[in-house]
Amino acid sequence: MAGALTVPAPPAAPAARIVAALDGREDQITVLPVLSGAGPLALRRLRAGQRTGPAEVALVGAMAAPLGGDRIAVSVRVEAGARLRVTSVAATVSLPGPQPGPAWYDVELAVAAGAVLEWLPEPVVAAAGSHLLLTTRITLDAGARLRYREEQILGRRHDWTVHGVPGRLTSRLTVRQAGRLILDQQTDLGPGAPGWDGPAVLAGHRAAGQLLTVGLPCTAPSEECAALLALPGTDAHLLVAVAPDGLALRRLLTGPL
Amino acid sequence: MSGALLLLADGRFPAGGHAHSGGAEAAVKAGLVHDADGLAAFLTGRLHTTGLTAAGLAAAAAGGFDPAGLDEAADARTPSPALRATSRRLGRQLLRAARVCWPDPVLDGLAAAYPGGAHQSVVLGLAARAAALAPADAALAAAHESVNGPATACTRLLGLDPYQVVAVLARLAPELDLVAEAATRAAAEAVRRQDAQPLPAASAPLLDLFAERHNAWKVRLFAS
Repeated sequence: MAGALTVPAPPAAPAARIVAALDGREDQITVLPVLSGAGPLALRRLRAGQRTGPAEVALVGAMAAPLGGDRIAVSVRVEAGARLRVTSVAATVSLPGPQPGPAWYDVELAVAAGAVLEWLPEPVVAAAGSHLLLTTRITLDAGARLRYREEQILGRRHDWTVHGVPGRLTSRLTVRQAGRLILDQQTDLGPGAPGWDGPAVLAGHRAAGQLLTVGLPCTAPSEECAALLALPGTDAHLLVAVAPDGLALRRLLTGPL
Repeated sequence: MSGALLLLADGRFPAGGHAHSGGAEAAVKAGLVHDADGLAAFLTGRLHTTGLTAAGLAAAAAGGFDPAGLDEAADARTPSPALRATSRRLGRQLLRAARVCWPDPVLDGLAAAYPGGAHQSVVLGLAARAAALAPADAALAAAHESVNGPATACTRLLGLDPYQVVAVLARLAPELDLVAEAATRAAAEAVRRQDAQPLPAASAPLLDLFAERHNAWKVRLFAS
């Protein structure tokens, strides 16, 4: 419940940082003046910006993390007119630490006018005994465009067969568009979160996710376990879905292939 | 003071809540709730998600938080357009009754500022304030509302034994108190900082899906 995100966090860790901006000399080409990993997060440039496409960066989990007690942070800024796509090379598996207690993962995304950010990482997986507090803050200037995907998987097969329960994921997503709050949502899933497995929250589904689209095309799903929600902001849509597993969830969030 | 609270929280208060199931009708149709145990699990999830969020908004409104800021906070905490519309419709009906019961310029101002209806939780908080109730009372009324309506709806939807249903609510009462206390603490912090960020934003994936699905039905027993 509400208390979950008010556990005092360890001191702020240095964040992995990406800044994408237009090259001043060659218009319309996105360059990455800042690309610095931190802690367990390494950053790799997959593709330089081109006239026809965005610059692409992959998040690489270079150590086993997050473990209970870890504090991980990543901060991305896409400056006016630039285009950036961020993916990850693998799922993020949240694992218990040496002492009981949660881990923290803070994501800060800022997109300027005329810029495009595609944030498309692989899922977060909550292993038995872990508790991850995910906080994502997105700040969009007027005219910023965004595609943001998040997928939460409760446990690996191993967690269910050996422990019978997954870990816990507490996630808060806050989105501002031109100064206006357009989405503020917390989900708390897994053992310890009241009612999480019941018929109001997940009802036996093991994966939940969403795709937030601002200023970019999106399509309404035909399946019953997904819905496209028009948010209070300008041209902002949230595709929400629940599924039995990660693969089915990805299908719901990407639409018919 | 508690006389006004009992009145405000009474299911017979003419605020239109009886026509809504809070997602219970869609959950029943999906085969996810069919007995008292299923109802208890449904209500537990609802209480700790949308119930907690509504209680925080109501307590903040009762504590004097700027209603326009709370309107934005409530909108952002309600991604489903069907649920936003329901909340404003219920807010409008509640405001109409509250203005007659506890005349107050703040309630008149709210009606003028939101002709299409302000969010139900915000109206509940301001009505409580107009009735000289405390933020904790508003939180309790909102938390109670979040489970009482769906429970009553399930009596009708499933033909459940009303004694069993009320026993489910009785067992949930201690949790309801805890949720209201957490919401009241968060609201006090929000009022102190003049920032809605500390207010609970708890949500449940299926409640949003149920609301959208239910809204598309042509034939239904409840409005939401």
